[in-house]
Amino acid sequence: MGSRRALTGWGKTSPSVATVVSAGEDETMSQQVVGATGRGVLARGLGRSYGDAAQNAGGVVLDLTSRDRVLRIDVEDAVVEVEAGASLDRLMRVLLPLGLFVPVTPGTRYVTVGGAIAADIHGKNHHVDGSFGQHVTSIDLLLADGSIRRLTPHEPLFWATVGGMGLTGVILRATLRLTPVESAYCVVDTERCDDLDDLLARMTEGDDGYTYSVAWIDCLARGSSLGRSVLTRGWSARRDQLPSRLQPRATEFRPRQLAVAPPVFPSGLLNRSTVTAFNEVWFRKAPRVRRGEVQGIASFFHPLDGVGEWNRVYGPRGFLQYQFVVPFGAEDTLRRTLELLSASGLASFLAVLKRFGAAGDGHLSFPTPGWTLALDLPLGAADLGGLLDRLDAEVLAAGGRFYLAKDSRLPASAVAQMYPRLDEWRAVRAEADPRGVFTSDLARRLDL
Amino acid sequence: MKDAIGNVQRILVLGGASEIALATVRRLTEGRADAEVTLAARPGTRRADAASGLRGRGLTVTEIDLDVMDRTSYERAIGATFDVGRDVDVVLIAFGVLGDQERAWQDLDAALEMTQVNYTAAVGCGVLVAERMRAQGHGTVVAFSSVAGELPRRSNFVYGSTKAGMDAFFTGLGDAVAPDGVEVIVVRPGFVRTRMTAGLRPAPLSQTADEVAAVVVEGLRAGRDRVWAPSAMRWVMSGLRHLPRVVLRRLPI
Repeated sequence: MGSRRALTGWGKTSPSVATVVSAGEDETMSQQVVGATGRGVLARGLGRSYGDAAQNAGGVVLDLTSRDRVLRIDVEDAVVEVEAGASLDRLMRVLLPLGLFVPVTPGTRYVTVGGAIAADIHGKNHHVDGSFGQHVTSIDLLLADGSIRRLTPHEPLFWATVGGMGLTGVILRATLRLTPVESAYCVVDTERCDDLDDLLARMTEGDDGYTYSVAWIDCLARGSSLGRSVLTRGWSARRDQLPSRLQPRATEFRPRQLAVAPPVFPSGLLNRSTVTAFNEVWFRKAPRVRRGEVQGIASFFHPLDGVGEWNRVYGPRGFLQYQFVVPFGAEDTLRRTLELLSASGLASFLAVLKRFGAAGDGHLSFPTPGWTLALDLPLGAADLGGLLDRLDAEVLAAGGRFYLAKDSRLPASAVAQMYPRLDEWRAVRAEADPRGVFTSDLARRLDL
Repeated sequence: MKDAIGNVQRILVLGGASEIALATVRRLTEGRADAEVTLAARPGTRRADAASGLRGRGLTVTEIDLDVMDRTSYERAIGATFDVGRDVDVVLIAFGVLGDQERAWQDLDAALEMTQVNYTAAVGCGVLVAERMRAQGHGTVVAFSSVAGELPRRSNFVYGSTKAGMDAFFTGLGDAVAPDGVEVIVVRPGFVRTRMTAGLRPAPLSQTADEVAAVVVEGLRAGRDRVWAPSAMRWVMSGLRHLPRVVLRRLPI
């Protein structure tokens, strides 16, 4: 039963070996949890967290992707009950033709509902709709003693589980509130911003008029064009906003994968020159201003999903994503980060800025009001560790925090500083799982 | 746990007063003072000095007794370290003796001591550490071999034979434990100017313990299974191995 396999996160760093078991029925999983050895148990979905969150070295990893049924859809009330292993891709394919959309989608559809809750993911609509957990009305959680409980937002364990990185139990099923939509398209406004100030000003002024907003930043631009960027914002498209040829099949959603990255990519392919060239083209091809463009959901929200296994392009050493949020007023930290990065010449292929709205109720949920910057950085440069350690200090000093689902390198000492509700979370977890059955490499690294 | 950058949280040094090992620990924990280090070595001023040096850098240091001539001693040291606390991310197998090379092939006691320490105890520790790390599902063993193990030479062939043996063991062990998430890196330094080699005439390409440490840490981060220090030594040794023995004997090495 189960096979010993090396697992990594999406960044392909720090592999560790666990006994991977495909999730069976509730009863079987319950027995597996009760019979766990000292190295514990952890649920894993599609492995899209970047670091070691879905790894459990030497222990058992339950692969939940086999549990992907959609159990109940209530179109009228816009509610769905699903098994935790169902991906958002699957949900969108099932729900969009019914005129329903997931309440929150990250930059990829290939995350499971269980993972979305455990990481309390956010999307381009955070500033108006909050994080994923705010739209969950119930969670069926398999606890350390083998029992299954239906949690609702009235209980502390619910909010310890939302954003709890899978460390309170195995999320088996969840009920989600959905967003009614008229189409599988968005109406998008695109603007090119000359520098960081220009970008922040436009986002501050205009974001609240849009449901979805995100900016791509050219991290290699320096000096007066530091922070030059492309801002894309939009709304879900009404049927009457679509070109007439699309109107009859407005809610049809059949995204295709254009290609799959081959398994062999040399290290260092994404270097300063290639990324500079890419950034130049990306920035120049964006229109100065374009209003009201109709884009499919897949290309607006999930452009990278068009290429399967795109993490391979970073080569065998892999990459990491550095994502933090700093409160409004700490814009200098954003500037310093961009300055340090562009000066170091470390090429970030993907740098995304987003304005967060109000925080949710998860004890360890990442989003808090402020600016969140996410950077993909290839491993290999000798000075990367030192540079990021310096950035950590600035972010923490500014009252910022890091996203555990992206983290692969923070020291344990940083967690209490950035998550003030850590002790509250620990107390709820200790009550639910006194033996510490549920654990992960992330939990070991950060002493969670 | 080792992180994406290669920062580690807990290190066990078997042969905890070894200068190369200590230099490796310093480099491996640079900028991250939250690491824990266990120094297993004979009690005495060398271990105490090594421990206080690392504590001075902010590291948390534990000292435990180790006598590699005594099997129960290393069983206890490894068991006690893995039984409590965090996972052990890196184990440095860094003990060894050089001794008087002329005595070593003529005096039975000297010959056996060298094989006991450099080979037998290294294999013993390797077996025990591998078992623990396989259960953890991760970890890295750094085995300090020597270029002397690659090529028997008149000047130090007893030492070389012990290193050849341990080198072969850890090279094979790396393949054996890889499916369990454990990495083994075999380090082959050339001449290193340390206490161990004090009084000997430095060979060409001689280096400091810090220079070896830099090669080791870069190798660890890049996930290599063997490194030479300096790295050019790889090609030098490769060349020397292909020389006829009559020529090799005449070389001043």
